[in-house]
Amino acid sequence: MSNPYAKLPGWAEYGLIPLINLVVAFLVAGLVVLLVGENPLNAAYHMINGAFGRGEYIGFTLYYATTFIFTGLSVAVAFHAGLFNIGSEGQAYIGGIGVALACLWLDKTMPWFVVFPLAIIGSAFFGAMWAFLPGWLQAKRGSHVVITTIMFNFIASSLMVYLLTKVLKPLGQMAPQTRTFEAGGQLPKLDWLMSIFGLNLGNSPFNVSFLLALLAAFGVWVLIWRTKLGYEMRTMGHSPSAARYAGIGEARMTIIVMMISGGLAGMMALNPIMGEQYRMQLDFVQGAGFVGIAVALMGRSHPAGIIPAAVLFGMLYQGGAEISFEMPAISRDMIVIIQGLVILFAGALENMFRPAIGRAFASIGRRSAVAAQTRGA
Amino acid sequence: MDFFHTIIAILESTIRVSVPLIFAALAGLFTERAGVFDIGLEGKMLGAAFAAGAVAAVTGNVMMGLLAAVLISVLLSLVHGYASITQRGSQIVSGVAINFIVAGSTVILGEAWFRQGGRTPALSGDARFQTVTLPFADAVRDVPFLGPIYSELLSGHFILTYVAFALVPFSWWVLYRTRFGLRLRAVGENPSAVDTAGISVIWLRYRAVICCGILCGFAGAYLSLAMSAGFVKGMTAGKGYIALAALIFAKWRPVNIMLACLLFGFLDAFAIRLQGNPLPLIGQVPVQLMQALPYILTVILLAGFIGKAIPPKAGGIPYVKER
Repeated sequence: MSNPYAKLPGWAEYGLIPLINLVVAFLVAGLVVLLVGENPLNAAYHMINGAFGRGEYIGFTLYYATTFIFTGLSVAVAFHAGLFNIGSEGQAYIGGIGVALACLWLDKTMPWFVVFPLAIIGSAFFGAMWAFLPGWLQAKRGSHVVITTIMFNFIASSLMVYLLTKVLKPLGQMAPQTRTFEAGGQLPKLDWLMSIFGLNLGNSPFNVSFLLALLAAFGVWVLIWRTKLGYEMRTMGHSPSAARYAGIGEARMTIIVMMISGGLAGMMALNPIMGEQYRMQLDFVQGAGFVGIAVALMGRSHPAGIIPAAVLFGMLYQGGAEISFEMPAISRDMIVIIQGLVILFAGALENMFRPAIGRAFASIGRRSAVAAQTRGA
Repeated sequence: MDFFHTIIAILESTIRVSVPLIFAALAGLFTERAGVFDIGLEGKMLGAAFAAGAVAAVTGNVMMGLLAAVLISVLLSLVHGYASITQRGSQIVSGVAINFIVAGSTVILGEAWFRQGGRTPALSGDARFQTVTLPFADAVRDVPFLGPIYSELLSGHFILTYVAFALVPFSWWVLYRTRFGLRLRAVGENPSAVDTAGISVIWLRYRAVICCGILCGFAGAYLSLAMSAGFVKGMTAGKGYIALAALIFAKWRPVNIMLACLLFGFLDAFAIRLQGNPLPLIGQVPVQLMQALPYILTVILLAGFIGKAIPPKAGGIPYVKER
């Protein structure tokens, strides 16, 4: 298939275009703020101040970022193989079962560093299993992974309501949630890391799972660019027919990739469950799986792009909460709009500015070539 | 007789909850048959419901509300069309984006304009659709068996309900008996053949997307102007996705769509009725299972265990003219 767009230098491809798309998304969001009758610059000030103004705020920003790194990686891994996993939301939700089971089982008898690895395995296992079915269905039965994962999100949500109201809820308690975990089910906070920078964590739930997220990001980089499996994934993503000729089993790859993607999504559950609430509640995912789509698109599916994109969305979540304090007309739903705009401009309309930028580069290239010629003559 | 009345009541509410599904699924039918996948049905419906509620509340005129719903929904469709037809972006990504943009902005704008926690003011009188009593409905009420069916099940719905059911054969006629319909289906199967015949693929797909917008507008208007008296935030509550499921479950065919929507509507109505009551022979069925059933059924169908759902061949692929 021919690529209808001219090739751009790397820094423009991976730096300039995402930046322009992001700026346009924020400009449109600014218009919405104007429409509501507030000053967009004030809103931006409150947002940045609310996200980075104090050690505690930074802690919250990074806490949210931790969640989005996991879901962003989950979506990105699937993108590399040409699969669109909209089901990270449901996989993260189901992944919570693995975390909760490990904590409920061992939290009273074992310290956190024994429970944590088991919870990681549990969350990844449950998340991967929830992604296995859509993957298997696409690979063996030909049903499209986009549709099945949407359906699986809804099924997951019904299943979790059932489990939390009927099975995992302790007797005599009204709220649909598990019991609160003891010390073994609580991850330590990263005060030491923050104090290196002279910051005070305050009440923010910034915890060890952030380090796990960074590790996962590194792991995904190794997987995709340094292993045979990653090479096969990228081949399949670029050209399924080339992958087929090269003898790469499409069915096997689809299932494996979906399971890795689901496992990463499932690990997201560690952060809110063991790191903040110390119990599993209804709807603890809160749309983080969908934020993952925006993060992966913005980060161009590369871990080095996903981490800053996740921090940006962490900033939006934390700073957005502060804006709604200062400007009641702008509730946290503003973030949902921005998220949608980022998905639109960085995803569906990513090529909108490309022809113009391509032309600009071409004319600069021609001019400098002419200049070089005249100098030579 | 009591049992009979219960059944009538369940079927009556089945019809009521099926209507937005039918509108939205038919909307999806037009774009997807033209090769543009649309998971933004939910967002368009929500945006339309908000526009309908807001405009009807301000003008006090239900028709203005409906018009606003259609306009907003078509506008959102054109955004989707621009992204996925002109810019050749990913149709799935564009649909996801629209869902989020609408979900957020309806709340923000609703709160800023009306200050009622994301609601629009309650509608009454001319600002809302009224139910229609079919002729002789009261006269035949006491006729055994057929009387209640006519006067309770078939009569006493909103005008939009009858429009929705009339649109089913109409859509069939448009898609299978008109030149536009033939070309629309062709562009979803083999766009280059249509292009070779000298017909613009782009314009045809845009027209399909606009049809989708109009129908989603009706779906949204039904929610906020007929089913409830005003807009409530997040009032579509996943109906757009159920409609998408119904569309697939119906294998992209109009009459099947109506049946699938009625089935999913029935499950919904039945689940509400069932709440807490055990079923004979089976015993207590968790409500959550009933709620998840449309999705589970769709997954099973897609997996090819009940028939085979084959989507339009060129669906999801942007058309690039050969050079």
